Order: sequence, then structure tokens, then C-alpha cells
Amino acid sequence: MTALLEVDDLKVRFSTRNGMVDALHGVSFSIGAGETLGIVGESGSGKSVTSLAIMRLLDRAGRIASGRVTFRGRDITRIGAGELRGLRGAAMSMIFQNPRAALNPIRTVEDQIADVLRAHRKISVAEAKAQGLELLRAVRIREAEKRRYAYPGELSGGMCQRVMIAMAIACEPALLIADEPTTGLDVTTQKIVMDLLSGITAERDMAMILITHDLGLAARYCGQIAVMERGLVVERGATEALFQSARHPYTRRLIAASPTRHSRLEDLAYGAPRPVVAAPQRPAGTGLLLDLRNVVKTFAGGVKAVDDVSFSIPPGGALGLVGESGSGKTTLSRMICRLIDIDAGDIIFLGESISLVPAGEFHQSPRRRDIQIVFQDPNDSLNPRFTAFDSIAHPLRRLEGLRNGGVLDDRVKEAASRAGLPADLLERFPHQLSGGQKARVGIARAIAPRPKLLVLDEPTAALDVSIQAVILQLLDRLRRENDIALLFVSHDLNVVRMLCDDIVVLRQGRVVEAGPARAVFEHPRDDYTRALLDAIPHFEPGAAPRELRAAAVPAYDVQGFK
Amino acid sequence: MSATTRHAMFVLRGNPVTALAATGMTLVVLVAVFSPWLAPYDPIASDVAHALQPPSAEHWAGTDQLGRDILSRILVATRLDLSIAVSAVGLSFVIGALVGGFCGYRGGRLDRWVGRIVDVLMAFPLFVLAMALVAAMGNRVENIVIATAIINLPFYTRFARAEVNVRRDAGWVEAARACGEGHLSVVLRFLLPNVLPAMAVQISLNLGWAILNAAGLSFIGLGVQASTPEWGIMVAEGARFITTGKWWLVGFPGLALMLTVLCFNLLGDGLRDILDPRMRT
Repeated sequence: MTALLEVDDLKVRFSTRNGMVDALHGVSFSIGAGETLGIVGESGSGKSVTSLAIMRLLDRAGRIASGRVTFRGRDITRIGAGELRGLRGAAMSMIFQNPRAALNPIRTVEDQIADVLRAHRKISVAEAKAQGLELLRAVRIREAEKRRYAYPGELSGGMCQRVMIAMAIACEPALLIADEPTTGLDVTTQKIVMDLLSGITAERDMAMILITHDLGLAARYCGQIAVMERGLVVERGATEALFQSARHPYTRRLIAASPTRHSRLEDLAYGAPRPVVAAPQRPAGTGLLLDLRNVVKTFAGGVKAVDDVSFSIPPGGALGLVGESGSGKTTLSRMICRLIDIDAGDIIFLGESISLVPAGEFHQSPRRRDIQIVFQDPNDSLNPRFTAFDSIAHPLRRLEGLRNGGVLDDRVKEAASRAGLPADLLERFPHQLSGGQKARVGIARAIAPRPKLLVLDEPTAALDVSIQAVILQLLDRLRRENDIALLFVSHDLNVVRMLCDDIVVLRQGRVVEAGPARAVFEHPRDDYTRALLDAIPHFEPGAAPRELRAAAVPAYDVQGFK
Repeated sequence: MSATTRHAMFVLRGNPVTALAATGMTLVVLVAVFSPWLAPYDPIASDVAHALQPPSAEHWAGTDQLGRDILSRILVATRLDLSIAVSAVGLSFVIGALVGGFCGYRGGRLDRWVGRIVDVLMAFPLFVLAMALVAAMGNRVENIVIATAIINLPFYTRFARAEVNVRRDAGWVEAARACGEGHLSVVLRFLLPNVLPAMAVQISLNLGWAILNAAGLSFIGLGVQASTPEWGIMVAEGARFITTGKWWLVGFPGLALMLTVLCFNLLGDGLRDILDPRMRT
């Protein structure tokens, strides 16, 4: 049997300001009708370029230099624009990363689905709309009769992605390419969307290429996996076999770096485990570092973002704050950092209330240097006009009054080396640094004034797994060596479990469950915690990963309009 | 050589138009500074015996109806026109950036009120507004500067407001606060410097526009005193003679005006590339 799609020695070249750059160095793989293939790899590995090349959607700077992409026996790299148009959307279609950005904000959902149908079939507008309604039902949008008139802005991210799926399957394509379809969605929404996608493709016998950086996701939903690194497929094979006996070192490193249900922090790095420094012993009965008492924050319109939250962290402790978007975890972290004011309750830091000082004046408080924060997106957390040195020196200059000179240099270099940032990168501007390097600058900046509490707002969410692993180990070491307490804000329970002693689960501003990390993880008491845990895509070497492939299309959504 | 200079040289090399505009600009500024020594004749001394002479070896740009050397008048006028434009744009840039910056950062009621005031200001035909202001305050150089600054103000305020507004929730702004910066210094030392590269384009375009505005006011008699060498007035006075074929009275001051404005406009884009550290690779 011939494959549905066969990519043979595909090379793609981009012309840039600094000459020609090869993005793909000869990628080969194939996928049969009705099969699922996961393409995994880290940023820059060329997985998105591959999908764009298959769809012939490369921008003008990119060019297919050589190789063949054979789809149903036709070489796509050689066909004309007209034939290509007939193919795209009809025989192969694509689901993009950010559903909000991929939908036209000023047209209704119904119109956009009808557009796709009418581009490929000679049907009337009314027929197209009737079929669109069926599609909305097929992607399990509740009250589809009403929601077809909605604009993308009125729908939640998960709902938008369902609409995208509806558009992608509208013309019953033989091949569906999903490029990071769940990035930016919560884990529970991710599960719903992925279950739907996998159910629909199985039901209609479509082949699917799932492009993702998440090994767990690929393992859970794909039968075949291709691992890409720097423009090459370094390894490919059936999912079980690949995870059980990966041969290529990169695959092994990637597998090691991906947290599983049982992995410990030391397991994440491929290679020799680093010696674990024991946490300093402290006499029993010492006071709490941070104590939150019935904290409330109400935003305009009466929405309670944070509602009666209490928890505490001992000195040198590590607490994980887990919740989905809208759970109030970000608001809470900003309040603890005293960047915004609380409406009621109290925040006690080392025995004294710090919530009495207004957030606008907290920068003059002696406690400012004790509470520092590492932000979510490293790309956005550094002043574009500051070099790495200036960024790290900033809190030292402001909070410790250090002037330029030897002491400042030493302190900056010390912080940088603690954060694992090479000293020769200090003179660079943020845009000259990679994501992982920027994350290190952000951490170095936060630890430079030697804080007692470090608030980490999803510090690894924007990073590749291998960098995430290194950063997590770094944070753990910082905690043990420097006795810094960590408040780790994240949606990823797996990561939190490895790093933290205690977990607080937030939902809609309220604490639904709190306790020691192990207990919460192994015996969750609350349904919501259980749902969060279930939604994390794991891969378990040895376990059968494809159980879900045959599962029925999930029930109707529970979340409604935004 | 510092990194900034090196980067500036790189931008100029890759961008000959910017380099040309920068050269032109330097020339204009040099003329403005040294014009009293460069001018071959006294720009206000009349010599009726040699009135309305076409360009010649003695008078490269000819003479006007009072026999004054047009080239000398153009050269001397550079300083006045340039200083009106620079001080007017500087004034509206400083005030606009501060007001817009704080409004964009704070939001809320202050932002809404300032926004409405700016809207009202923009609802006037701007040149007419400038005319009214100068007419009311008296046509002196300071008033021309103030009037030009006021009609430019809305653009800077809006621009700074919008640019600060999109950045105020950025991680690095919160990080600056966690590093001990108050709201005031976050705006002044963090947000506004980041907005500056984008505003540089606006400044450059506006300088050209301010020169035209000053010249326009002079042209309709609301500018500086008639005897003062100024491009707008020269064009205004010369316009009477164009029907009799005495083109040089209008032509040369107009050309000076046009070339200067062109230089400012062309410089804008290059300036942004130079000021933005992200353009450095």
C-alpha cells in the first residue's frame, strides 16, 4: 500500500539578512491513510517549517530547495497555484497554533465555516451554513444553533480551537496537520480539544500530523512519532517502541527531560546526576516566612479574582500554586510581591504585616528586596534597552544603593553564575539572547539582591523541555544552597510536584485543595484536582499509550461563552 | 568607537538615503550656526539701484525688490526657521510625552479627560488654530513657537499614550517595580525611553512640518516682522513678482524650505533604526 503523504529528502532554505540559512536539511517521513504521526522537537528544530512546506505555505523568504512531497501520488512541490488551491483545505488542511489569531475577528463563526465549504464545493450559502451547523455540532459545540452567530472574540480559546477544527474538517480532508493546536490552552481544555481531534480523525479515517513540543501529548495521541532536531528527523518509529528504546541521544535527552508521573528532579537531566545538596537544617519552631490570611481581591465589575485565600510558607520552603487561567494565581502572586494592593485580609512577612504599605509605595520598603519575582515570559520580562548586566544590576543599584564599580560587578557576576549565565553574555541586549538565556537573566536579576522569597510565575512555560529541566534543577539548587523560599505558580502539576513541598490548588479565586505535594498528587481529594491531574498528558514507558485513540468523541463541553 | 556610533555607521552605510538626509541635515545646521559669516552681503541692507536682479556672479540667487541679496537672506533665515521648528517641536514633544506617558500608564479618569481635551484640540483645523493663537497673542517669535507647539501637542500625547499603554503590563515593567522603582520612575526611566525610537520618527517628520507651519504663518502675515529674513516671508513677498517672470524671489527660498523639510522627513526612518537597540545585531 502506498503512503498517503510521503516526504522525501525535503530541504528548505530561507534567505535572511545574513545570507542563506537552511531550515530543513533533508527531512523524510511518510504517513498512511488514517494514521497519526507526531512530529516532536524543540523550538528551532524545523517542525513548523516542515508543516508549512507540506502545505506550501512558506513565506516569501523560504523556498523548497530540493526534495519531494508526494501526496496521493502527486508531487506537491511541482504543482501549480490553481491545483494547490484545490488541495488546500479540501484534501489537506491545517490547524494553527493560536486559534484566536487564525480566525477572522470581524466575521461570525458560521460565515467563516461557510467560506471554506464554498471555496471547494459548488453549493449555495444556505446549504453551506446548514453544513456548517452540522460541523459545529460535530465538534461538540453546545447550543450550536446560537453560537454559530458568535464572533471569535466572544468565544473562549478552547471554543475557538473547536471552530478551527470544524473549519479544518469541513471538506473531509484526507490529511489534517495540527501545529501545536493546544499551546496557550489550559491542561483540561487541552485534553478536551485533543480528545475531540483524535476522536474525529479516527471516526472519519483522516490521517493526522500532530506537531508539538510536548512528548506526553504526542505519546498519548499518536501512533507514530518522528523526532526532529535542527532540521533533521533524527529518529522515527512506532510510539511504544520509540519511548521504550530510543536510540538517538537527542531523543533520549528529550525523553529524560520530559517530566512524567514518577520522575524526580534529578532524573530530568540526561547524563550524570548532580549531587543533591541537602537543605539546611533549621531548628523547629521558627516562625513562618510568609503567611497569607483571608486575602481578597475584587476587580472592577465585582469579579472576585481572589476570594478568601490563606496559606503559609516556612523559611526556605517551597509551595506550588496551581490553577488554570482565570483561577487568580497571577493576581495572587502580584499581591504577594506587593505590586498590587489587596482588598481585604492580611499578608504577614516575617511576623510583620506588609499589606499595610500601599503597592505604590512598597518600593521604599526595606522588605522590597526580600521578595523578588521571576516572570512567565522571558521574552517580555527584560527591558529591551538594558543589557543583561544592567538588568541584573538594576535591583542592586536601586535596592542596595550600589554604584558602578568592583562591588557591583562582583555581585552581578555572582548572581549570573548562580543562575548559570556565562559572564560573556552580560553585555548583550535581550534580543541577542535565546529564550533560555533570557530566563536565566530574569532569575539572576531576582536572586541578585539575595531575597528571602522568590515568586516564580510559570517561569518555564515558554521554554523547551530540556531548558525547563535545567531551570527547574537550578531553582531547586538555589533554594537549597541559598535558603531562598519559593512560591511556584504554575498550571503544570507535574513540575510543581517535583519542586515543591506543598501544593495549593486554586479555582476561580478559591482554594479547593491544599496539602503536602505528595499527598495531593497521589490522593487528590477534590474532583477538580483529579481532573487537572488526569488532563496532564503522560507517557509511561511500557504502558500502552494509544488507548485513547479509539475512545469515543468526548461529550459536550462544559465551559460556555467567555 | 562606541557601540552606538558603530551601529549608526552601519545603519547609514546600509541606507544611502538616510546618509544623504543626515548629510543634508548637518549642512543645514552648520549654515544655521555660521550664517552671519557665510552670507556674502548684509541680509537687510537695501540697495535699490540693484533691485530685482536675476541670479548672476555677484548675486548667486539674485536680488529682491529692495536690492537685498537673496542668498544672504536665505542663509541668515536658516537659523530663525530652524530654531522656531526645533523649539516648537521640542516643547510639544516634552509636554506630550510626559502627559501622554502618564495618562497611558495610569489610565482611568485622568486618561479619559486628557483624551477628550486632546480630541477637542484635534477637532480644530490646526493651521487655523495656530493663526488664531498668533493673532490673539501677537505675532512675535515666541508666540509662533507656542502656537506651533500647541497644535503639535495632540499627536505626541496620543502617540506616547498609546505606546506606553501597550507596554505598561509588560513583564519588564513589573520587574522594574520589583527592583524598587516607583511609578514615577517606571514611566520616566523605563517606559518613555522605550517609546523614544518610535517617537523619533514623529519628531523628525514634525520638524519639517513645523518649519512649513512657521513659514505659512509668515506667508499670511502672521509671522515675524517683514524685514526679518525668514523663508516664509521671502516667499510671500516674492510671490508678487512671479507673474512678471522674477522667479528667483520665490524659487530659492522655496527650494531651501523644500530641501530642509525633505531632509527631516527622510531622516525619520533612519533615526528609528539608530535609536532602537533591537535593530543592533
